[in-house]
Amino acid sequence: MEHKNINLKLKVWRQKNSNDNGTFETYDAKNISTEMSFLEMFDVLNEDLIKEGKDPIAFDHDCREGICGMCSMYIDGRPHGPWTANTTCQLHMRAFNEGDTVVVEPWRAKAFPVIKDLMVDRSAFDRIIQAGGYVSVNTGNAVDGNSLPIEKDKADASFAAAMCIGCGACVAACKNSSAMLFTSAKVSHLALLPQGEPERQTRVLNMVAQMDKEGFGACTNTGACEAVCPKEISISNIARMNSEYLSASLNSEK
Amino acid sequence: MLNSKIPSGPLDSKWKNYKSTCKLVNPANKRKLEVIVVGTGLAGASAAASLGELGYKVKAFCFQDSPRRAHSIAAQGGINAAKNYQNDGDSVYRLFYDTIKGGDYRAREGNVHRLAEVSGNIIDHCVAQGVPFAREYGGLLSNRSFGGTQVQRTFYAAGQTGQQLLIGAYQSLERQISLGNVEMFNRHEMLDVVIIDGKARGIICRNLVTGELERHFGHSVLLCTGGYGNVFYLSTNAMGSNVTAAWKAHKKGAYFANPCFTQIHPTCIPVSGDHQSKLTLMSESLRNDGRIWVPKNQGDNRKPNEIPEEERDYYLERRYPAFGNLVPRDVASRAAKERCDAGYGVGSSKQAVYLDYAAAIQRYGKIEAGKKGLVHADAATITALGKEVVKEKYGNLFDMYEKITGENPYEIPMRIYPAVHYTMGGLWVDYELMTSIPGLYCLGEANFSDHGANRLGASALMQGLADGYFVIPYTIGNYLSDEIRTSAIATDHPAFAEAESKVRDRIHMLMNIKGTKTVESFHKRLGKIMWDKCGMARNAEGLKQAIKEIQQLKQEFWSDVKIPGSINEMNPELDKANRVADFIELGELMCIDALNREESCGGHFREEFQTEEGEALRNDDQFMYVSAWELKNEHEWTLHREDLNYEVVKPSQRSYK
Ligand SMILES: Cc1cc2nc3c(=O)[nH]c(=O)nc-3n(C[C@H](O)[C@H](O)[C@H](O)COP(=O)(O)OP(=O)(O)OC[C@H]3O[C@@H](n4cnc5c(N)ncnc54)[C@H](O)[C@@H]3O)c2cc1C
Ligand code: FES
Repeated sequence: MEHKNINLKLKVWRQKNSNDNGTFETYDAKNISTEMSFLEMFDVLNEDLIKEGKDPIAFDHDCREGICGMCSMYIDGRPHGPWTANTTCQLHMRAFNEGDTVVVEPWRAKAFPVIKDLMVDRSAFDRIIQAGGYVSVNTGNAVDGNSLPIEKDKADASFAAAMCIGCGACVAACKNSSAMLFTSAKVSHLALLPQGEPERQTRVLNMVAQMDKEGFGACTNTGACEAVCPKEISISNIARMNSEYLSASLNSEK
Repeated sequence: MLNSKIPSGPLDSKWKNYKSTCKLVNPANKRKLEVIVVGTGLAGASAAASLGELGYKVKAFCFQDSPRRAHSIAAQGGINAAKNYQNDGDSVYRLFYDTIKGGDYRAREGNVHRLAEVSGNIIDHCVAQGVPFAREYGGLLSNRSFGGTQVQRTFYAAGQTGQQLLIGAYQSLERQISLGNVEMFNRHEMLDVVIIDGKARGIICRNLVTGELERHFGHSVLLCTGGYGNVFYLSTNAMGSNVTAAWKAHKKGAYFANPCFTQIHPTCIPVSGDHQSKLTLMSESLRNDGRIWVPKNQGDNRKPNEIPEEERDYYLERRYPAFGNLVPRDVASRAAKERCDAGYGVGSSKQAVYLDYAAAIQRYGKIEAGKKGLVHADAATITALGKEVVKEKYGNLFDMYEKITGENPYEIPMRIYPAVHYTMGGLWVDYELMTSIPGLYCLGEANFSDHGANRLGASALMQGLADGYFVIPYTIGNYLSDEIRTSAIATDHPAFAEAESKVRDRIHMLMNIKGTKTVESFHKRLGKIMWDKCGMARNAEGLKQAIKEIQQLKQEFWSDVKIPGSINEMNPELDKANRVADFIELGELMCIDALNREESCGGHFREEFQTEEGEALRNDDQFMYVSAWELKNEHEWTLHREDLNYEVVKPSQRSYK
């Protein structure tokens, strides 16, 4: 692959901690190889800041392979930047041109308070899972794996929903900061499998209730979440969750 | 004396007998016993969930913002189990045998047999949790092949097996959290073990958001903190993977076993420049269908698709006809290095070989055309159909390759090169997974057990989950049954205060150095020393030199490192400094261990000890032991040997020809 070096201007959100107001700072990123990942470009910038005696920019990251869901930058008005089906860590500098100005912000949502600079607190997602995103089975109870055949189509559809990495890009992209795509992916993952059947109704009711309690907004079906999802989780999961919710509510009223 | 506590009796009844005779804790007493689980990857999350289900009071810790993000999430290819669903001759014994042989006869028979025995239960439990494994059209579970075996026993979920297994364990853990049985501490890093009257009784950790130090008591402590491959700076591990928890335990007296046994994975995306922060694995499952080759001519600069078939050297198929592209990792990695060192490497760096899917695409395309009854399908149709199949099997890996390199692997062969991937070494544990410190356990990649000198693909996930779901729930009871009269120790106990003040002093010392060089620069330098002198090939002279260089590096680090920010705030550079300081000390021990082991086995290749054909040459007479190192003083360790007794398998020279 052809590569070259480019120079960029970065406008980055700086915020000391959750009590600080925060502001944008501008930095020059010089001589950036287009083979670098976006986070490697931040590594270079941070090394320079440290050498200059300044505070480096805090950001979340770990796997750098697009699977842990830790990285979370809002780049030029889009979660995870310009590429589709992609995470920040997998975005490469090939996506940018010489002289570009790039604006980088944290996820913005009431339920995701900023911890420092570009890091936010996403523990609300864990609490949504705690509300019911599991099958209640203790270790040691299981029967032979093949005693429960599952149609391939269903297993594949369940897997497609279970691929969610919990990064929160869906929330960040939504003008209402709704967590419907995240929650519905988990509801679908388990509702599509026979193992999820016994708790199907309580699960959806409790997870939706927790989602509301955390302060995530309502869904108005703009599809912004699906468009930015690094794992291309389908918005049809939201429709499935709505119908699961409806039938569970009707049943629980009986 | 090292006592591995392997139960007596025939190999296949050791674990059964252990389970039926170990001591138990009754439910009322379990509620009074507190267990600390550090790390919530596959090993830790499965342990914390299972112990919570049993009724213990569990506190779990991880440094990420959620247990769902542990490094286990990145595992791609699959998990082994001796189910024999394919009717191809698999059995518990065969999985046991393959693992012992794959590990080049440096693992314990008893542990490995237990691992094979519980492997089937893992699959059953994960299915029950709703892990969406790949399935066949008949609705049953699908399997694929992995290296070092001749049966298909690997269960998978596309290229995201680790993710799906971890999400399964994470969901069970979150359920226990919601039930109040487990208390979870995210963004917390353990910085010391607290020992009272010779037993592990708690930990000191740093709240990474506020910078505060915290004390936590437990009747016992489990370290499930993953591998230390990042000692090489560049590896396929997540950026945060580190040795700190295990190293602190080592400094408190826990023995560190076989530290030099490192796995270099043959198929990773090659380094592209100095900026490189990590390396990306291309799953071993790709060797199922892909063919590895280099040009037959040295320095051939033609594009890969322009090199005709007869001018390609499929060197693995040539050297190892029985296993071909599916030889174990250590063998495949060395063969790639050998070709590149001899001048046959490809790409701009010449440090790469090709992994080619053209033949697989054709093969699958023809099968699909046949299924669809397209008797006279043209070449373009066959290629298109074949690409569809490859996409379904490996799509996410191909996409990842394209994002990183900018090249389309459906059209151009991938360039790959070996990279540090996994560490077989780790804290020494006995059969019960207890370290040499009573009450301190170690599970998953962080311990040394089960994989000997080389781990087979798809066996780490199996081991982590075996340890957490099926081993520790029994073995911990055997210890805690004697602790039911020990009431919780208040954390103002002098041992807690002392441990905390030592941690605090060290943090202050680091912050007060105020030197000129960044933490990252030290880490990179350490990585280079390790890769050059303690990497894929090692020799005595290089190792001796490396030890000197590392000692100098340590001195320089402690006098010239520059850490920005302050202590009582979120400070990722300080966290990194803590970890790099530990990596430097570990690096020295790894070289000492590699120097001591005057033989080649598995991933440990001493250039002085090889066969005429360049294969690893073991020395069973002198080195059929586990090296367990005890720290005495700075730069000074004592070696304890645990002799390995093979009662069932007869060690022989590994042959994959
Ligand atoms: C890219 C890649 C692909 C792989 N693919 C496969 C595969 O297909 N099949 C297979 O069998 N194996 C595979 N492996 C290996 C396997 O994934 C790992 O060995 C395994 O997941 C390790 O699990 P673990 O639970 O021991 O540790 P980890 O998953 O690394 O978890 C460590 C945990 O410890 C915590 N921790 C660490 N230090 C501290 C501390 N000081 N304080 C508090 N918490 C701490 C972390 O937060 C984390 O929760 C792969 C590895 C890599 C790198
Ligand atoms: S760092 Fe893991 S998804 Fe980006």
